[in-house]
Amino acid sequence: MTTENKICFRHGMRDGSPIALGYFAVAFTLGIAARNAGLSALQALVASALNNASAGEYAGFALIAAGSTYWETAIMTLVVNARYLLMSCALSQKLQPDTPLRHRMLIAYDVTDEIFGICVAQPGHLNPWYAYGAIAVAIPGWALGTYFGVIMGNVLPTRVVSALSVGLYGMFLAIIIPPARKNKVIAGVVAAGFAASYLANRLPLLDGLSTGMKTIILTIVLALLAALLFPADIVNTEEKKEER
Amino acid sequence: MEHNIWIYLLIMASVSYLIRMAPLALIRREITNKLLRSFLFYVPYATLAVMTFPAIMEATQRPVAGLCALVAGIVLAWKGCSLFQVAVLCCAVAFVVELLPIY
Repeated sequence: MTTENKICFRHGMRDGSPIALGYFAVAFTLGIAARNAGLSALQALVASALNNASAGEYAGFALIAAGSTYWETAIMTLVVNARYLLMSCALSQKLQPDTPLRHRMLIAYDVTDEIFGICVAQPGHLNPWYAYGAIAVAIPGWALGTYFGVIMGNVLPTRVVSALSVGLYGMFLAIIIPPARKNKVIAGVVAAGFAASYLANRLPLLDGLSTGMKTIILTIVLALLAALLFPADIVNTEEKKEER
Repeated sequence: MEHNIWIYLLIMASVSYLIRMAPLALIRREITNKLLRSFLFYVPYATLAVMTFPAIMEATQRPVAGLCALVAGIVLAWKGCSLFQVAVLCCAVAFVVELLPIY
């Protein structure tokens, strides 16, 4: 490792530390969801260490709990994590074009909302070692948080557990509401998502479908409608984010 | 059909990784299809909204506690609270509402 890489790695660890703390608390509630789905603490630890995706893991645990098919799980993971496809696209523009494949494949391991956020905020091209520094502290925070969520969830009173299980939804709100405030179409998509999801749970028409399939169908329909009616320029939006 | 949790986890991890790896490793220029770009742009908002409500009301012992947490979360996130703050305060709201002697 060169001196420059070492410095970048340390900077990454510094910027990744608050992320790791937040991850630990949020992952704790994810661990409770994992426990409810019947996962052991070890399974939850492995799930978090390998997936690094709050919504994706949550959706997966819900499908496991419902005894869904493997195909449903794969499709759901794909749909819920689709935003990482976008982030990786944006991140690929941030790397020096001659960045070796092994670095690209390693960074890809932990492209999350937060890691992506601090990486694109770096001036100029991204040094992969900066990402590694952040990942080195963020993944243990995330995985251990999930692990302790499963273990502690067992000894905490029901009332505390049900309150904590709300934390994950709070995190989802923290992801979707700020952009909705700035973009009316996103606000419309969020409101329509709430309404459609509520109706899908009420209408007998969709009774035969699993929760996972309902989510996939509603997501595709809503996102496609929004894309057809209000085409959005992702790149411009991402650039605006960087400027802030 | 009997399902193995480890196989579920393997599937989730593989799909999650491939989604992130493919663009970084393969695509070295921008996606030009505007519909696809727009669709991918809206997906996270649609899917997270669908997953949040009404599920948040089923996460608590009393639906009203989840509903209060939802409203609190929207207001706090709107006011610019961090991800961590919103998550913790939603838990606090749900906890307090469940303690209240309503009904």
